[in-house]
Amino acid sequence: MNSFFAQEVPLSWYLLLSAILFSLGVVGFLIKRNLITVFMSIELMLNGVNLSFVTFAHQWHAVKGQIFVFFVMMVAAAEAAVGLAIIIAVFRARATLAVDRIDRMKL
Amino acid sequence: MHLILFIIFAGLCLAGAINLLLQTHPINSALSLIVVMTSLAVLYLLLGAEFLAAAQIIVYAGAIMVLFTFVVMLLNAGREERTMGSRAAWTIGFPAVTAILAVIATVILHAQGLGVARLGDGITSTEELSSVLFTKLLLPFEVTSVLILIAILGAVALARHSEVNEDSHGDAERTGK
Repeated sequence: MNSFFAQEVPLSWYLLLSAILFSLGVVGFLIKRNLITVFMSIELMLNGVNLSFVTFAHQWHAVKGQIFVFFVMMVAAAEAAVGLAIIIAVFRARATLAVDRIDRMKL
Repeated sequence: MHLILFIIFAGLCLAGAINLLLQTHPINSALSLIVVMTSLAVLYLLLGAEFLAAAQIIVYAGAIMVLFTFVVMLLNAGREERTMGSRAAWTIGFPAVTAILAVIATVILHAQGLGVARLGDGITSTEELSSVLFTKLLLPFEVTSVLILIAILGAVALARHSEVNEDSHGDAERTGK
């Protein structure tokens, strides 16, 4: 039972997971055709990077790595607010969310 | 125990991310993203980041995803037509993603000196984190608050109806009468 609780996970697994999450985010960015889902894929990429920050903070017992993730979260919150406002403005002007039909920046 | 928890929540994380790609309705994608973010919070806890685990659930799975679902429902976003990416995505995008993933995976698997994580490693307490944040990194923290303020102003300015359009609309109505 003791050995069962002493099982440990190599940190490289966490890093691999974060790399796979980032790649899935990029693939979603490329194949998704809805503006909101494309935006969600960007959030997925941000989360993948955050996981590797936390993993390295654990590796070197550095608090600053975790604080960096905190800042990334704040910037992501600001980005989500502004990005979703832009999506609402685009939808109001074009009445569509398909990225193929939004091909001009001018309203 | 750590291994089992890691396998369960890493699996949930990957399943949620793949489901996000496969779903065609945005609300289903948003719900899978919530699964990804919540299981990431558990992984943060396993790595000893207790404050970040709480912040991940409150900020990401709570605030940001509620904003996303609000917008999906507000805009009444329907199913997207499924295309498998543009030609540029196939010629440049997917080979580049594969190459990046292969390079990162090779580097990680050959890296020397990466440690292990086990249950009972030290947990970085919120006190420890905040003492660094509010002494050494006070200026970036305050700058972040300005950034959030600007983001709020920008969101309000972008999302409201522009008054110029309403005025011209009203003029058109009046001249129409």
